[in-house]
Amino acid sequence: MNVETNHRSDDGGPAANAAPILSCRGLHRHLGEGEGRVHVLRGISLDIGAGTVCAVAGPSGCGKSTLLYALGLLDRPDAGEVRIEGENLAAAGDAVRTRTRNESIGFVFQFHFLLPEFSAAENVMLPMYRLGRLAPRDMRRRAGYLLEQVGLGARQDRLATRLSGGEQQRVAVARALANDPSIVLADEPTGNLDAHNARAVVDLLVALARERGRAVVIVTHNEEIAARCDRRVSMLDGRLEADGAPPAL
Amino acid sequence: MSPEFKIAFRFLVSKKRAMSMSLAGIACGVAFFILTQAQTSGFERFYIDTILGTTGAIQVHDRFQDTLRTMDAAGRERSGFRIAHREARQYVEGVEEPARVGAAIREFTNVSGVSEVVSGSARLRTPVRERSVRVYGIRLEDHLAVTELARQIVRGDLPGFRGSPQGVLIGSELARRMQLQVGDSFELDTPDQSRRYRVSAVYETGVRDIDEARIFLHLGEARSLLRRPFGASFLQVSLRDPGRAVQDAARIETVAGHFAYSWQERERAWIEVFRALRVSSGLTVATIILISGLGMFNMLAMIVMEKTREIAILRSMGYRRQDIRRIFLWQGAVVLAAGTILGWLLGALLTFGVSRIPIRIRGIFATDYFVVNWAWSHYIVAFLIAAAVVFVAAWIPARRAARLEPGEVIRNSAA
Repeated sequence: MNVETNHRSDDGGPAANAAPILSCRGLHRHLGEGEGRVHVLRGISLDIGAGTVCAVAGPSGCGKSTLLYALGLLDRPDAGEVRIEGENLAAAGDAVRTRTRNESIGFVFQFHFLLPEFSAAENVMLPMYRLGRLAPRDMRRRAGYLLEQVGLGARQDRLATRLSGGEQQRVAVARALANDPSIVLADEPTGNLDAHNARAVVDLLVALARERGRAVVIVTHNEEIAARCDRRVSMLDGRLEADGAPPAL
Repeated sequence: MSPEFKIAFRFLVSKKRAMSMSLAGIACGVAFFILTQAQTSGFERFYIDTILGTTGAIQVHDRFQDTLRTMDAAGRERSGFRIAHREARQYVEGVEEPARVGAAIREFTNVSGVSEVVSGSARLRTPVRERSVRVYGIRLEDHLAVTELARQIVRGDLPGFRGSPQGVLIGSELARRMQLQVGDSFELDTPDQSRRYRVSAVYETGVRDIDEARIFLHLGEARSLLRRPFGASFLQVSLRDPGRAVQDAARIETVAGHFAYSWQERERAWIEVFRALRVSSGLTVATIILISGLGMFNMLAMIVMEKTREIAILRSMGYRRQDIRRIFLWQGAVVLAAGTILGWLLGALLTFGVSRIPIRIRGIFATDYFVVNWAWSHYIVAFLIAAAVVFVAAWIPARRAARLEPGEVIRNSAA
């Protein structure tokens, strides 16, 4: 995959294991109220460098998704730091966190979460509209390019609802890359896909990290996917259990 | 086209049925508001035009004379000043010097005409009937300048009256009751004389009190009949801008030393009735807009509930809280704009249709069709009411949508 950049001029190219682009220190997070309150993250610290594909694995309920949302500034930790490109944004205001999400972070969720009223290309253009750095014609061109990269060049004008599950997830990947983010966070991105489509999506994300020097974090249960990453982080009961190269399958 | 508008429009179109209901509600509310205001203000306007065309914008009546009282100035002996003692005013009936007072009033820039009127009571007698009437002595040309008398002639003509010293103009209702036709003659009796006159023309103002009792004579003839060789009973004044009658009447009182009554003061009771009707119908119809607003609130609240996930996704990709709020306010704005335009068109169409409905009204004015008033202000007020309702209906769901925490929503959606 050769992912085109839309606004970055000072980056690109493989940069695996460079200075952390995304890191957290001592993250704590509780969920729920009263007696149902659960300590989901218990002091997680993690550094992820540019060009790295990091898998976060662990049993259900261990806090993988909560960690991902905290790293992606979708959720506020109760304590700890979240640094993106060196800046601690854990306690930053909503405006700064929202702008950072738009400019620097791309999300891929287990469910594609496309807007059903929009075509594939329009869904990909949504983050670009918010960023507002490209002219509408250039947005359209970039959306077409990204959809071609995920194998949907011929379906860009189809409504999201008229695409198959695999196609929709690939559109979601293209959307995550719309603003050429430095960080891509994927929460079980292949959870609802067949083996063929799952492989295609992971290939896209790995290629993005390798070719464009982006940091990619993939939350997964799937050991095959974890094995294809540069690094595997295991979680259990809100703590990091292991951190290292994934075992070869 | 802003991305928020684009998203808003797509969200709205995806709820075609609910949107159509909201749209229809707003359009009907706006249309009915315009229609009721056009009707009530139409009748009010027509009544005022009738008043201005019959009894004039201002009537100048009795002369008053303030009693002056001398007061000593404080601190200085043998010094003093005079003040008007209003409680001890003296009144002199009628206008003693109508020519001089009329000339002074004509100096007012807003005054377009002054007519000297001598009035009194008499008994109209035909061989078969008799009835009390009010005699109005006028100079025809002056009176035509301050009334719509020329337009109110329904039988006979003014040249016939102009050329006949014994000619009279008689109200339609009086003519009907006394069975008088143009050309018929009758007697007018006063306590000390009786004179014969001929009907030159019949007029109809639509105001029953006038049409059943008032007859117009030439001024000289009225002076002879009523034994009033000098002065006038009152001066009738027309204004270029009748809306300023209250202020002009006050100035005329000060300048001319005569009581001056504006049409607003004379007709206060009816004007209040019309105003109450207009406000009442406006409030009634505004409830339709309010109910439509509730419908719209439901629709937008439903969209917020159904689109919670999409809103969270938009937030995750960098849409700010105010962008989300704008998406929902845009939906309100689209319904408001479309509903208002449709409502304006429907309102204009209904107003036109109602103006063609035949209805015979006599009493306080004369009309054979529903009277409507075409005024931009009705359309603007209808829009403002709809805008206020729609804004509130859209703001609450918009605020709720903007407050959603994306992480929580996505976590729950994925669970």
